[in-house]
Amino acid sequence: MMETRGLTKHFKDVRAVDGIDLTVARGELVALLGPNGAGKSTTLRMLTTLIPPTSGTASVAGFDVVRQQRQVRQRIGYIGQGNGAGHSQRGRDELTSQGRAYGMSVRAARQRAAELIDSLGLAEVADRTVATLSGGQRRRLDIAMGLIHAPDLLFLDEPSTGLDPQNRANLQEHILRLRAEHGTTIVLTTHYLDEADSMAERVIVIDHGRVIADDSPARLKAEHVGDTILFGFDSEHEAARAAGVLRGRELNAYGKEVKIRTQGGPRQVPGMLEDLRSAGLPAASVEVTRPTLDDVFLQLTGRSLREGGAGREEESTRELVEV
Amino acid sequence: MLTDTAVVFSRELRPTLRNPFTIIISMVQPLVFLALFAPLLPGSDSLRWFVPGIVVMSCLFAASMTGSNLLFEIQTGSHERMLVTPLRRPALLIGRALKEIVPMIAQAALIVVVCLPFGYRLDVGGALIGLVVLAGFCVGIGALSYTLALASKHQEWLFWTVQQTLLFPILLLAGVLLPLDGGPGWLRALAAWNPLRYVVDAERALFTGDIWASTTVAGLAAAAIVATLGLVVGVRAMRRSA
Repeated sequence: MMETRGLTKHFKDVRAVDGIDLTVARGELVALLGPNGAGKSTTLRMLTTLIPPTSGTASVAGFDVVRQQRQVRQRIGYIGQGNGAGHSQRGRDELTSQGRAYGMSVRAARQRAAELIDSLGLAEVADRTVATLSGGQRRRLDIAMGLIHAPDLLFLDEPSTGLDPQNRANLQEHILRLRAEHGTTIVLTTHYLDEADSMAERVIVIDHGRVIADDSPARLKAEHVGDTILFGFDSEHEAARAAGVLRGRELNAYGKEVKIRTQGGPRQVPGMLEDLRSAGLPAASVEVTRPTLDDVFLQLTGRSLREGGAGREEESTRELVEV
Repeated sequence: MLTDTAVVFSRELRPTLRNPFTIIISMVQPLVFLALFAPLLPGSDSLRWFVPGIVVMSCLFAASMTGSNLLFEIQTGSHERMLVTPLRRPALLIGRALKEIVPMIAQAALIVVVCLPFGYRLDVGGALIGLVVLAGFCVGIGALSYTLALASKHQEWLFWTVQQTLLFPILLLAGVLLPLDGGPGWLRALAAWNPLRYVVDAERALFTGDIWASTTVAGLAAAAIVATLGLVVGVRAMRRSA
């Protein structure tokens, strides 16, 4: 469905995108994850024919993004960061003219607009000017605009930025339903970690214009971070002895605690507790922390995604076991 | 290409039609010029000279504003959305420019009607050809205004500074408000390079029914050059700066 080779974009001295190779198969839902300024949006803008690459090639829906722009445009949908609908326009009018822009007849465009207005819950606001709609309503209208011609491949640039949690959940639901019903290939960018985690089956981590990891969220976490198990003891002495009994990828004793990094943490804890008890070192508490994609990013780059101010709302998933 | 232009044009015009108040407001300005400026002109035949000029001036003002509506849409993201559609690039330019000048046709008609009681007579056939010439010129100006908006998307003041700086020299060097004939040689030499000057002269000839004049050909050529230039520059700017 999409393939890039050495895709590069330089703005003056800045290497916004620095040689990206990507292959996306039909029907995949892929998230490009990275901090602000990582090159996600620039990549998307090249793939959607908005800007020409400095070098490298990209084929989208079977056509070259530089030489066959019109063919590419006909086959893709794009929902940008801003509002696609003009603020002085009415939603229904914009949907109809969007359909006309894709070569639909007036009647077909009107009918399709009505369908989308229904399915995205816009019936009450479709005949008001866009400027009077709420952020969530405008975003749903943007989605409808991107879907008017039922594209096989849909690009979404930061689809849920600026929405409250409820509207974000609602939007994610729409995107997932679209995929389930039509098998649409979806490529989205996000800096919300939980969004990438819960929606995409494939996450491509981008930093400084390069792909630094590309896998399913579960595999990324297992491979790059693993779980963290934290045992608490009654004394530092006990903790130090326990460190000799336990095994794991990384094992450290800090004060009264022992921290272990390992894979499949929750399954290992019962056995470890058993070992500790037989050694006469019963643990006072156990905490298992599953990694987040932020931990993956931290591991890969030494920086947190959250330092950029993004993804703040995500809390790490903790499973606390009291003993 | 025609369909694409129609799609863009009708999209642009729709909010205006839904709220025609803005057109009514825009009608006032040329009437003000007509009422307060035309009486200052010498000669009994001054309307024949002045009315085509006022029509051209209104169209120039309107076309040069094409980019100002665009600036807002560049900021909100709806221009980007249009660029991703398969709409042909020149259609985006032409559709928007035509939207600005079509209300001007209503305006021109109003001016003519207002002038009728004062003995003004218009040649309808000539005026229709005149509109074609004017539309060509305005598409070019509109496309250049569009380009200017693209260039100043991160700094809105740039658009207004350039637009205002260029507008008045173009207008004054075309002999729209006062005849150039009595001006000094350097001024007339400058005016010779101003395409609007040829358009205005052609409009004056055409409005009086003088269709087969060399001024018509010169006006048509000037309009064609400006239109071509505007479209070439505009399409290039769209490809590069989106």
